[in-house]
Order: sequence, then C-alpha cells, then structure tokens
Amino acid sequence: MSTAIDTSRFVQHNQIEALPPPNLARGPIAWVRENLFSSPLNGLLTIFVFYLLYVIVPPIIDFLFINAVWTGTDRDACRAETAGHRIGACWAFVIDKINYFTYGSYTISERWRVNIFFLMLAVGVTWLLWLRAPRRDLGALYFFWLFPTFSYVLLTGGNMDLGGGFWVGFVVVSALFIGAFAAMAYLLKVSVKSGAAIGAGIIAVIGITLALMDFDFGLDHVPTSLWGGVLVTLLVATVGIVFSLPFGILLALGRRSKLPIVQLASVIFIEFVRGVPLITVLIMANTMLPLFLPAEMTVDRLARPLIGVAFFASAYMAEVVRGGLQAMPKGQYEGAMSLGLNYPQMMVFIILPQALRIVIPGIVNTFIGLFKDTSLVSIVGIFDLIRTIEASRIDPNWAAPTISYTGYAFAAFFYFVFCFGMSRYSLGVERRLAAGQNR
Amino acid sequence: MQTIVSQTSPPKKSVLYDPKVRGAFYQVLLVLTVGYLFYMAASNAVENLQRAKIASGFGFLNNTAGFDVSQTLITFSAAGSTYGDAFIVGLLNTLVVSAIGIVLATILGFTVGIARLSKNWMVAKVSMVYVEVLRNIPLLLQLLFWYIAVLGPLPQPRDSIGFGAGVFLNSRGLFMPRPLYASDAWVIGTALILGIVGTIVFRRWARKQQEQTGQQYPVGIITLALVVGLPFVSWLVLALVGTNPISFDMPQKGTFNLRGGMQILPEFVALLVGLVTYTAAFIAEVVRAGILAVSKGQTEAAGSLGLRPGQTLRLVVVPQAMRVIIPPLTSQYLNLTKNSSLAVAIGYPDLVQVFMGTVLNQTGQAIEVVVITMGVYLTISLVTSFVMNIYNRRVAIVER
Repeated sequence: MSTAIDTSRFVQHNQIEALPPPNLARGPIAWVRENLFSSPLNGLLTIFVFYLLYVIVPPIIDFLFINAVWTGTDRDACRAETAGHRIGACWAFVIDKINYFTYGSYTISERWRVNIFFLMLAVGVTWLLWLRAPRRDLGALYFFWLFPTFSYVLLTGGNMDLGGGFWVGFVVVSALFIGAFAAMAYLLKVSVKSGAAIGAGIIAVIGITLALMDFDFGLDHVPTSLWGGVLVTLLVATVGIVFSLPFGILLALGRRSKLPIVQLASVIFIEFVRGVPLITVLIMANTMLPLFLPAEMTVDRLARPLIGVAFFASAYMAEVVRGGLQAMPKGQYEGAMSLGLNYPQMMVFIILPQALRIVIPGIVNTFIGLFKDTSLVSIVGIFDLIRTIEASRIDPNWAAPTISYTGYAFAAFFYFVFCFGMSRYSLGVERRLAAGQNR
Repeated sequence: MQTIVSQTSPPKKSVLYDPKVRGAFYQVLLVLTVGYLFYMAASNAVENLQRAKIASGFGFLNNTAGFDVSQTLITFSAAGSTYGDAFIVGLLNTLVVSAIGIVLATILGFTVGIARLSKNWMVAKVSMVYVEVLRNIPLLLQLLFWYIAVLGPLPQPRDSIGFGAGVFLNSRGLFMPRPLYASDAWVIGTALILGIVGTIVFRRWARKQQEQTGQQYPVGIITLALVVGLPFVSWLVLALVGTNPISFDMPQKGTFNLRGGMQILPEFVALLVGLVTYTAAFIAEVVRAGILAVSKGQTEAAGSLGLRPGQTLRLVVVPQAMRVIIPPLTSQYLNLTKNSSLAVAIGYPDLVQVFMGTVLNQTGQAIEVVVITMGVYLTISLVTSFVMNIYNRRVAIVER
C-alpha cells in the first residue's frame, strides 16, 4: 500500500517563512500567558473552568467547613430552626456515631481486641509494602499465617471447642500423612528423612493453627452478627488479599501449566469469575452455599460473602500474576532448569520472587479495586461501613436535613484516603521499578 | 556426582521420574478432587432441596409473576406475565442502561482524558482532580449519593420544576414529551438509514481519493448533512405537504401528578449518572495512556511534513492511539455493564434486581436463577472478548 502513495503531494513545495524565536520570558505573567491564555480558545476554556470552580467549590467548602456543626449531642444541633443559622455538614453526628462506624455493635468492653486487630493489620501491611523492611520473608509468614490465625482468635474469641475426638482423629490422619510422604520419598529414592520432615512441617502448620483456634484464651465469644463498620470493611478486604494472593498464584501457575486439564480448569475458573459481577457472586454465596453443604453444617452469615470475595479476588489476582510470569525472560526458566531445579524449586526460588516484584503495582491496583468492592457486601446484608452509615442516617435521634450528605461525605473521605494512598504507593513502586529498567 | 555414568548403558530411571507419568498423576488427582467436590455439592443440594420442598427445573419461568416492575420496555403486568417475562424485562433494562451509559461515558471519558493532556494548566488540573476523586470512591457510595442525596430532595409532583418545552423534574423522575409517530413517519427513519449508509460510502471514497491524490474533502460537513440534514428535510417536506409525522405527547400538570409524556425514573437517572461519571474517570485514564503511548517523534514527523495540529491529531496520533486504547476501553465497557448490577442497591429494576432479587425470593429456586443470571453476564463478556480478539488481530502492527 505504501508504495502506491505519491508522497510528493504531501510535502511542501515552497520554503515557508521561519518562525520567530521562542519567547523566553519568565515570571508569573509569562507563565499565565503560556499556560492559561496561549490562544483565544484556551483563554475561553480557562475562564469557563474558573467559572465552573466558582460555582462548585465555594458551596462545598461552605458546606463541609464554614457552616458545619462540630459539636452537639442530638438533632437539635443540626437543624436550622433550632440552631438559628444555615447548617452545613453535621460532623457532630459522625463524632457521636464514630464508635458505631468503627466497631459496629461489637461488645463495648471487648473493643480493645478490634484495636489490636487494626494494629496487627497495620504492622503486616507495612512490613510487606515497605520494600526495604527487614526480613520480608518473615513478614509474609506473619501476614499469611500468624496474623489471620491470631485475628480469628482475637475477633471471635477463639475456643472452637473441637473436642478430644477430633484431636485423636487428627493425630491418626497426621501419622498416615507423614507416612505417605516418607513412602513417596522412598519410592522416588530420595532422602526418606526429608520427605517425612516436609510432611511433618505441613502437619505442624495445620496443627498449630487449629490448636490456637481451639485453645481457650479466656476471651468472651463475640458473634459475627455484632461486628460492623470499618472493622468489617477492613476484614473483608484483608480476607480478600490473604486468600487471593496464594490462590491467585496457584491459578496463574495453573493457567501457564503445560498440563492440559490443569490449564483448562484454571482458565474456566478465571474467565467465569471475571465474566460475572461481584454482586452475583455474593448472592450466589449467600443463597447457594447453604444448599451445597450437608444439612447439619451451617455457614456463618459473615463467612459467606467472605468466601465469595476470596474467590472473586483470586481470579483477578491470577491475571495480574500471570502478567508477571509472562514478563519473565525465557532465559530465567532455562537457567533454573539447567541448574537442575525441579518445578517447585524453579518457581519458588527463581521465577516467583522476580515475577511478584514486578507486579506489585498491579497487585496494589487490584487491591484498590477489591477495597472499593468490599462496599458491595452491604447489599447482601453485612454491616460494613456503608451499611452502618445507612442505618445511622435514618436514626430519628439525628433526623436532620444534612445527615445523609454528612454520612456519605465521611464514607467518601474514608475510602478516598485509603485508595488514594495505595494508588500513590503503587505509582511510586512503578517508578522505582522502572528506574532499574531505564539504564 | 560421585559415580560416573557410563556412556553405553543409560541408568534405569524410575517410572515415577517420567514427566508424562507425573503430569498424568497430578491431573487425575485434580479431576478426582474437583469431581468429588461437585458430586458432594450436587448430592447435598438435591437432598436439601427435597427437604425444603423446593421444585427444581426451569418450569417456574412459565409461572405467573405476580409482581409489578416500575420500568418495563415490553408490556408487563403482575397478573398476566410470567417469570420468564420478568427475566426479559430485567435483561432489557440492564441492556438499556448499559448501552446509554457506554455512549455517554465514552464521550465524557474522552473529553476528560484529552483535557488531562491539555496545555492549559487549569483544564489539566481540574481533569486530574476529577479522575482521582471519582476513581477512589466506591461506585456504590456514589450511586447512593446520587440517588438519595441529590435526587431525594427534589420537590413533590405538584411543585415540579419546569424547564420549559414540556420537561419537568420532580421526585418521581424526569418527565419529557413522548414522541408520537404518524403512519408516514417511516420515511424519516428510512432517510436516517440512507444518510448513514451514504456517509459510510462517501467516507470510503474520500479516503481512497486522499490516499491516491492527497486531495481532502470536507468529510465532517457532508456527514452532518447526510445524517442530520436528510431526515430533517424529509420531515420538513412531510410537514409541509400535510400531516406532521412526529407530534409530541406533552406531560400535563395535574393536581397530584403529571399525566402523559415520558417518565424517566429517578433510579434510572441516578444509576446512569453514577455509572457514567465513574466509568468516565477510568476511560479518561485509558485514553490518556493511549495518547501518551504514541511517541513524540510521530507528532514531530507529522509537523515536519506540514500537517496542522488538528490534522496531526486526527490523521497521525489518534489512529495509532486507538490501537492501544481499544482493548482496555472494551474492558471498561464490560465493567460498566457488570457494574450496572449495583442497580439493586437503589432499586432500579435491572436483571439482578428483578430476577436475582424478586424472582429468587419468590420461587426459592436459587440454583436455576443464579445459573441463568450468571449465564447472561458470562455470555456478554465472552462474546465481547471474542469480538475483541478478532479486532486485535486485525489492527495489530504488522512487523516487517
């Protein structure tokens, strides 16, 4: 096609006059001329934008700060008739309800447990996200094992009361499991000792987790129906990330696998979950999980959406991780294989550490999406932050015209701070990783 | 390491080390596990359904629905319509809000995305704030805001706000004149179709001419004349000849409500505004990334060939940027369609609200309802990505 075009028709025939030298003026006036009024159209646009800001911004500032009510104990503070002036945001309402927004109806005397959960979460997130933190491998162990286990014990009160019969069964199954590992090692003619050690390690992790959940720490049981607010929002997000990362990695490996059935199963799962809205997954978890389980088993009402979110997030995480796996140069795989590493060794020691590092921005962006999506659990009746605000909004004690706006403004601020912070972090990491590439 | 393997006889390896055997073993294990889980789930479900005395199968679609839906594109009544009709009503409502949302979000998103790259500092900063604020707040919160906080305080029907020309706004929604078509209105429709076909033909011809001779034709004006002018002229002719082909049914202000006209539900408006503004923020980022992906050398080369900035944008930058923009743009369209299911939070009767909400609660046939609903969304997604793959293969850069 390109040869058919007579390019000489596009080219200037005559020399055009040279442009004047660029304007080297500096200073605020030159800046304004350059950036705001460089052409008549730009000038009009600038004036239009200023007008738009004039219409939008002052009322918002007026509402949020100048006419806002900061103190008060009930609706009288936030009603124009009783307060005697125009009323903006009723922050007194948020201050009055802040404990409800944070903990829901969690037993008041036990709320220190929730605070410890928040603290442990903050420690885990910082440990993993701060790229120069010491011993980030221990951080991963903490975040994906110890932290969830302790959080479970703290928040519910632990003391699952599994009973002696369960533990007898557990010991028998463990012995069989370790035996199977040893037998496999013997058949493969590798060290029986290390085979048994791997089996014992797996059993130990499961056993310690179960023991911690079973042990009576003397904490009162707090049913999940009392949980609410920021606690539930952060809990859903945490469960999402703690489950989705390992599952997502497995699914991504499955999708890249050479084994056809493994690959097919992964592709079906990922594409299925990514093709449907989260709300349908949540409704499915809510209505169908009880159907699929034996009649004597009940799933906690809070656990159902958590399972839905975990599955949903895994599929999205899998695609992010797959991007990282595909970005690895083939030489890394070949190098690992030529050193005689087997598949798990190659993945754990060579590929995943590099692949996961380059997809940190993608993981964080997925997590931002997940964090925003946690608000959907309110639709299936879980008391997350949005639901607690919806419930407080109609409290007759605080019936005032601006209450709804105030509640939504507070929630918007909460989500914005978290999401914006994470997106800045992800941008920063992206820039840092790119710095290494631009040699 | 210690033993030297002789060249003549390779060591006898255990069959367990054969990658094929291992692969088969893992796959059989996976099939057995998944199969067992499915079997358990299915047998439990059958047992549970029998105990709860819930019928199974898709027969319920022919049962009378017995509930009303606030916005229906097909005739629907509580007494005369079935659950199957309710499904179609919900599906159509989802498709309507998605289609209109996609068009509006594209317009707004491209505007904001290009504005973010504007040389005008104010315009760029305001667009950036728009994108950052809208992107970082959950859509659900935005929908609740639009629905309850903005549309909620609108006046009662008797105090409707009039915008003139028969447009009214009140707490029951937006009322507009409804067009009534006379018997010869088909002429206008035909004129519109002819105009569109004519435009496509003309554009092809103009492009070919440009590639061969460099001559450019006023494509924009002729498009406008064909698509807008032709139907307008045919309307004018019909109106002058005798009957007015399109008349309007104006909403009339009654004592308690507006009568006649076309009513647009506040739920629809809130959902549409929320979806459009939210998705536009993401589309803006896609557009910005696409335009930035076109290397600066292209713009400079176009400039050195003597193209004006407008031509550079239209003929050089945009065609290359579209290649980068289209795939993520499609996934934003899919996101908008999937996000329209949040309608359930504000009561717009979309597929999820009508079918997964009301119908599921009335019939209790969770499995069937969930399967159908998910199947719809899945079909939309898979068809779109199939079409996208074909498109991608067509526009992919042919490397020399």
